[in-house]
Amino acid sequence: MKNKRSITSRKWTDRLVRAFSIFAVAVAVMSMLWVICTVIYYGHRALRPSFLLNPSRPYGIPGGGIANALLGTIAITFGAALIAVPPAILGGIYLSEYKDRRVICSILRFSATVMMGMPSVIIGLFVYMIVVVSSGHFSGFAGSVALAIIMFPVVMRNTEDMLGLVPYTLREAALAMGMTRTRTTLRIVCFAARRGLLTGVLLALSRVSGETAPLLFTALFSDSWPTTYFSGPTANMPVLITEYATNSPFAEMHQAGWGAALVVMLLVLTINIATRLLIRGQADGH
Amino acid sequence: MAIKISAKNLNFYYGSNQALFDNSLDIEERRITAVIGPSGCGKSTHLRVYNRIFELYRDQRVTGELIIDGVNVLDPQVDVLELRRKVGMIFQKPTPFPMSVFENIAYPIKLHFKLSSKELKQRVEQALRAASLWDEVKDKLKNSGLALSGGQQQRLCIARAIAIEPEILLMDEPTSAIDPVATLKIEELMLSLKEKYTIVVVTHNMQQAARISDNTAFFFKGHIIEYGPTARIFTNPKEKKTEEYITGRFG
Repeated sequence: MKNKRSITSRKWTDRLVRAFSIFAVAVAVMSMLWVICTVIYYGHRALRPSFLLNPSRPYGIPGGGIANALLGTIAITFGAALIAVPPAILGGIYLSEYKDRRVICSILRFSATVMMGMPSVIIGLFVYMIVVVSSGHFSGFAGSVALAIIMFPVVMRNTEDMLGLVPYTLREAALAMGMTRTRTTLRIVCFAARRGLLTGVLLALSRVSGETAPLLFTALFSDSWPTTYFSGPTANMPVLITEYATNSPFAEMHQAGWGAALVVMLLVLTINIATRLLIRGQADGH
Repeated sequence: MAIKISAKNLNFYYGSNQALFDNSLDIEERRITAVIGPSGCGKSTHLRVYNRIFELYRDQRVTGELIIDGVNVLDPQVDVLELRRKVGMIFQKPTPFPMSVFENIAYPIKLHFKLSSKELKQRVEQALRAASLWDEVKDKLKNSGLALSGGQQQRLCIARAIAIEPEILLMDEPTSAIDPVATLKIEELMLSLKEKYTIVVVTHNMQQAARISDNTAFFFKGHIIEYGPTARIFTNPKEKKTEEYITGRFG
């Protein structure tokens, strides 16, 4: 046959493309492993019971731990979830269940997209002006507000996506049984999508639990226990890591910074793996 | 024979597209009425007017009258929740709620009726027996409704629908997503249900319409071409289009 293309060259193109994609995957996986291994290598020596149980101490005083920062981070992120999740879920419900109100929905969706692209340092600055300056002091609560603003659009869009996966016939079936629209949405649709909704909240939590910039403007840091959540600077992990790793002349603090980084990493990995397991459960149908 | 539902000059629109044209149909009480016709002819659309489920979508609207027991239920004054209790619907794909077998039936009952927990249990059992599902699920009432087989799920949906004491059952291709053995069970169930309920079933399966229905309406392009006793429609259709469809020349 005339004009026949060489099979050899087609095979070589195939091999080349495959080689490139394998290389790309390898680079991605290797970088992740490199990060994880580095953090474990430098951080594991800091992990002693006293490190996990003692609060942090001022520069130069040995024997400090990260217990206060860990609790502070938990308080700040869960505070953020309390503030952000209810309205975000309701917003997601609106986007998904009332999508025929096109104008409102497109405004809402566009705002969420803009907010998701907003650098977190700007959100920190905003909350600094609104909460810190007006109340006259830094606080863990202000940190929660900043993280909540970051979480809100993520959870809202995820809620919309997850409710969108629930088949329309299920809504019709519920309405056909004489249920009201609200009951259909809350008891049937949201319940059918519950794992997906929880997944979204967990992913958003793990994402904001390492945010540093907004906390520098809001929660700041303190060596005391996080009882000052509403009233003053509150210890937290990201700021502790930043301070210890970059702002201290003491080797022991550098190591504590690595140890704290390891703890945060393990925390985030745990949340992420738990989330994957949840999604897998969802795929099994129940 | 008493007329249960009377559709008068229904015109239906998806946005600016008209889907039904002057549909008028009298449905007999405690009979099975089959609605047949090729895909996209408006069978399901017609059925979805009867419980006003189309109102979920803002761009869909209907004109005309739908008289059930002497009342025009398309009147906005008519309470749609009560209408839907009275007019149950079964869908093509089984739609169990994400809850246990027991709750699938008990939950809707609780919305419509105040019952003691003993009465509630009785009512659930009655409904499951009426849907010939009791023997298969009585030991797994606490399991998820989604864990049942497709045919069982569909009978669960039928049980759920009859548990709230409807008078009419609308079935939108209830067996098209289900295997032949389960289909047979559901057809037998429908025949036993017609003693108490008025059933309107949309079906793609002409043998099914011939097997179970008393009356048949043939839809084509949004028009009701022919309506009459099933035996006559299938043996001696008056309209050429009907004959072409039931002999398989198109559709």
